[in-house]
Amino acid sequence: MGSETYADWSSQDAVVCRGVGKTWAEGTARAHEALRGIDLDIAPGEFVVLLGPSGCGKSTLLYLIAGLERQTEGRIWAFRDPVEGPSPDRSLIFQETSLFPWLTVWQNVSFGLSIRGAPEAERRAVAREALARVGLAEAMEKRPDELSGGMRQRVAVARALAMRPKVLLMDEPFAALDVQTRAKMQDFLLDVWRDSGASVLFVTHHIDEAVALADRVVVFTARPGRIKSIIPVNLPRPRDPFSPEGEALRRLLTAELQGEVDRAFAEQEALAG
Amino acid sequence: MHSNLASAAVVPRPLAGRPVLSPGMKRALARFGWAVVSVGLFTGLWELLWAIGWADPKLLPPPHVFLGNIPDQARFFNTATRWQIGVNPADGPSPYEAVLITIGATAMRVFVGLLIAAVLSIATGVLIRYFGLFEKLVLPTITLLSPVSPIAWLPVAIFIFGIGNAPAIFMVVVALFFHMVLSTISQIDNVSRAFINVARTMGATKRQIYARVIIPAILPQLLIVLRLNLFGAWMVVLVAESTGVGFGLGQVIMMARNTFNPSLVFFTIALIGLLGFLSDWLLRLVQRRVLYWVPETAGVLRGL
Ligand SMILES: Nc1ncnc2c1ncn2[C@@H]1O[C@H](COP(=O)(O)OP(=O)(O)OP(=O)(O)O)[C@@H](O)[C@H]1O
Ligand SMILES: [Mg+2]
Repeated sequence: MGSETYADWSSQDAVVCRGVGKTWAEGTARAHEALRGIDLDIAPGEFVVLLGPSGCGKSTLLYLIAGLERQTEGRIWAFRDPVEGPSPDRSLIFQETSLFPWLTVWQNVSFGLSIRGAPEAERRAVAREALARVGLAEAMEKRPDELSGGMRQRVAVARALAMRPKVLLMDEPFAALDVQTRAKMQDFLLDVWRDSGASVLFVTHHIDEAVALADRVVVFTARPGRIKSIIPVNLPRPRDPFSPEGEALRRLLTAELQGEVDRAFAEQEALAG
Repeated sequence: MHSNLASAAVVPRPLAGRPVLSPGMKRALARFGWAVVSVGLFTGLWELLWAIGWADPKLLPPPHVFLGNIPDQARFFNTATRWQIGVNPADGPSPYEAVLITIGATAMRVFVGLLIAAVLSIATGVLIRYFGLFEKLVLPTITLLSPVSPIAWLPVAIFIFGIGNAPAIFMVVVALFFHMVLSTISQIDNVSRAFINVARTMGATKRQIYARVIIPAILPQLLIVLRLNLFGAWMVVLVAESTGVGFGLGQVIMMARNTFNPSLVFFTIALIGLLGFLSDWLLRLVQRRVLYWVPETAGVLRGL
């Protein structure tokens, strides 16, 4: 998708990355290359899954697209506009829990609206709707620490949805959940995604999760993260993970990933020793 | 109606008629009970030492002696008000009132000092992180002054404020301020990046991030720092009062020392202990009210 020239940033793609690289602490002795030469286009409404070994720069790429950090090389556009900072159009759901413990659930969900100075009635209405979509309408007045881990992640999803983003960036949102809850959350996420029409860029290192969710799977190499392969998934949803196609895809992704995980592990061991 | 209520209550509850305590009340009562037992043990030991003749009642008068005659002790309290010009000593406050006035004066200095110190240091700490120039201008001086013992400020307090409430309050503020500014800064630096990034992705301005994320996030730790410094504040006020900063518990202790009155010393110590305990409890109450979202870890620790 997309040619290698810079001219096609005017395409309608939701996110366009060209030659994106990130070196943390660039120019210091602690410089640390996390990403190199990322070319990636995400179409509107597309569900893209990033798969890669731990530490390969997946979170870093999401931060760059969200505009929370600046890339040190290359360029990023979102809907024609160069990414220069954070925008409510691109919501990021963080790897770690990030609900404000001093706010109730509904206040957390409508935090973005309160930043814009929306009146309470409107904030409540939006929060109620977003929470209903994640199946937590009764939890409006609860505090985050009264919720289970899965409920907290759903609130975080509701908070992102309340901003009506065009791009939803999700950083291993279900990593801490058990297998059954995760499967439920995936189904629910697919529903929400279909309703909202947003593009989703979803990071995981669970192959099953990639098989269940993705329109396309982007496999990363070990650090510095580069795109090793992009694998389209043309299976109808809901998917049966035990169908022959599902099995084949899982085997393919496992093979793609295996070498990289070994490399990443060897490097981290060398660093530690 | 009365009989109605009674019959309704009899069936489900075995304890009908007696007020049923909530679990929280029960726990508070139990804690209070243990406090009484602990203090009782301590005083019992002291009384025992007195009874077998090991503790000289002239030097270490046991509790029944120094608590036995409160009006006698109270004579020494709040002498300042009675000595005010134009006040006939006989018309002054009664001994009990004098004790209350003295306690009130000392406690007021502690709490006003704490309040001023908290507001001033949090504001300074936040401004230091908010404005780079302010940091460069102010932080080195604060870092330099923070290790100075509050006692060293005592002469300064008297030079600037003379005697009265002001120097004692100044001492509390000085004792807490530098420490709390540095603590505020380090709390700000430790606020979870994810919290700040959430606000940033939603389009919050720097000011909104400070007001709505950073300050609520650092408040719990700062209140703990304040509580830890509460006893320091009491100490500093007593020192300030004992050097003739007016009247108060510190001044009573100093007078007791100068007139060699161990009973009065221990009576005042008992008062100070009680007040320190009460004020810590009060601050914990405030903490629970203001920081409703912070889970109580004490329960977890007690389970270990
Ligand atoms: N703020 C930062 N400052 C410096 N280096 C960082 C920072 N964040 C990440 N890194 C480094 O960048 C590399 C990529 O980190 P990143 O968090 O993007 O990995 P990841 O693919 O998300 O890993 P995981 O799957 O474990 O979450 C790592 O080597 C990490 O040490
Ligand atoms: Mg990550």
